[in-house]
Amino acid sequence: MRPGAQGFRAVWDPRSVAIWTCVALGGIVMIMPFAFMISTSLKGSDAIYELGLIPRAPTLENYALLFSEGRFLRWFANSLAISTASTASVLFFDSLAGYVLCKYRFRGREIVFVAILSTLMIPTEMLVIPWYVMSKTMGWLDTYWGIAFPGLITGFGVFLMKQFFESVPDALIDAGRIDGLSEFRIFWEIALPLVTPALSALAIFTFLGSWTAFLWPLIVTNSAANFTVPVGLAAFAGEFATEWNMIMTGAAVATLPVLAVFVLLQKYIIRGVILSGVKG
Amino acid sequence: MRDWYGSRSVGQKQALWAWIFLALPLFFFIAIRLAPTGYTGYVSLTEWNLLRPKRFVGFDNYARLWRDPVFWQVLGNTFKYLLIGTPISLLLSFLVAYYLDQVRFLQGLIRALYFIPFLTTAAAMAWVWRWFYQPVPIGIFNLILVDLGFAQQPFLRSTSQALGAVLAPAIWAGLGFQVVVFLAGLRAIPDTYYEAARIDGVGRWTILREITLPLLRPTILFLVVVSSIGFLRIFDKVYNMTVDGKGGPLNSTRPLVLNIYELAFVDYRMGYAAAQTMVLFAILLFVTLIQLRAMRAR
Repeated sequence: MRPGAQGFRAVWDPRSVAIWTCVALGGIVMIMPFAFMISTSLKGSDAIYELGLIPRAPTLENYALLFSEGRFLRWFANSLAISTASTASVLFFDSLAGYVLCKYRFRGREIVFVAILSTLMIPTEMLVIPWYVMSKTMGWLDTYWGIAFPGLITGFGVFLMKQFFESVPDALIDAGRIDGLSEFRIFWEIALPLVTPALSALAIFTFLGSWTAFLWPLIVTNSAANFTVPVGLAAFAGEFATEWNMIMTGAAVATLPVLAVFVLLQKYIIRGVILSGVKG
Repeated sequence: MRDWYGSRSVGQKQALWAWIFLALPLFFFIAIRLAPTGYTGYVSLTEWNLLRPKRFVGFDNYARLWRDPVFWQVLGNTFKYLLIGTPISLLLSFLVAYYLDQVRFLQGLIRALYFIPFLTTAAAMAWVWRWFYQPVPIGIFNLILVDLGFAQQPFLRSTSQALGAVLAPAIWAGLGFQVVVFLAGLRAIPDTYYEAARIDGVGRWTILREITLPLLRPTILFLVVVSSIGFLRIFDKVYNMTVDGKGGPLNSTRPLVLNIYELAFVDYRMGYAAAQTMVLFAILLFVTLIQLRAMRAR
């Protein structure tokens, strides 16, 4: 039995109650910034000095103003398009590469795997200068492709998928070969459906990573029409310097989709963190 | 073609398909990850403003950063983030996880509360915290201080407090991830260990010290490395919380990554920025190698 958890009757002992209260209060403190952000986004410009968590006269006028000027909608569309495309690409190529490295026996396999694994040690910061030069030469600056290209295939995903394809029995793949399926269809129709939990974890992380990415989109974009949500928000907030209710509305708009994804997919996200965390 | 393919052995067919499937990913990793790493190293040996051709200068950029007080300041700031942030965040997240593990009622919900900040856009939350730090009558921290009878604090406007004020949301944002990983680690400890200890009549503190913490060693190690790497790479929060994203006041919050960003993409001093990138890379590599070594040792 774990320390402190002595079964049903022990639930009401004072120590358990005290622990529960402290842990729960801590959790509430953790989400206070969100509470203040949302509450202020619902306050009119005359009420921003009013500090109460529940606005006296809640109004959606900030949101109306924010969306009426159009920029945020555009940034939203940009972020959505880029994150969706990156996620689709990562899912396809990472699982294909992971599958091959797991299930095929060929000369050079070890070297390829080590090369891909070694890219995990190279951080984005290391690469932004070459990526910028590359984008400038190829004319990719300030385009969707320019924002997205560095994230279209990830070493982490290849590694994760390779681990998960271990659980697919070789006999199934051989059976596919005997049935005369093409190599690609064996991957696509037999192996891939068996690793959907890993795919969903990878999809969520890739999407969130792409949605919240800041440094590279900041560098590669320069016209407001091509900003992603975080870069747009930074520019927007800098411009509205002291209109905190507008800044909080922008922050809420940038944050709420992510919160919605979390609420819907909580189980998969936590499981994914544990999988990637424990396997390192 | 069909005949040629048909007459290959099973092994040869497999190898052929393997290379066909790997061609694009492999090209990607070489062109977008590996080759650019070498290129950064090469640029660090040149002087280059993107307009005129590169001029090879050997190790001049490295000699320059050795003498550059701003470089030492930003390196110092980066290590302050790391050396203050990592112990605090690990201690806090362990405390939360340790007690949350003993909670049954609404455990999943409470865990979610801690985890939410980890997922949200850092740039957005940086602005929320920046608002909290404003002076009276806007910033909530100062309003609370004044309500309690204390003096207002300058927070982001002071060279001595700003770094801590930027660090707080960084710790806040990373806490939930560490709590979730710690919780998983705690649950992986078999109950039999605790039962045996209880039968022997061992106290809570001794159980924690003699059983829980030693068995959590791999988890702690993993989190130390992940959190160190996170603090070494801090950028979004500083950029969004300081005036014009400059890491002020007087560079007191500016970390290495922000300095590299400014040098490369505001001043267009590519060679010098690349040299500082190589330093960052060396530090990150060192931390990762320590982890690999410690993992192997266990």
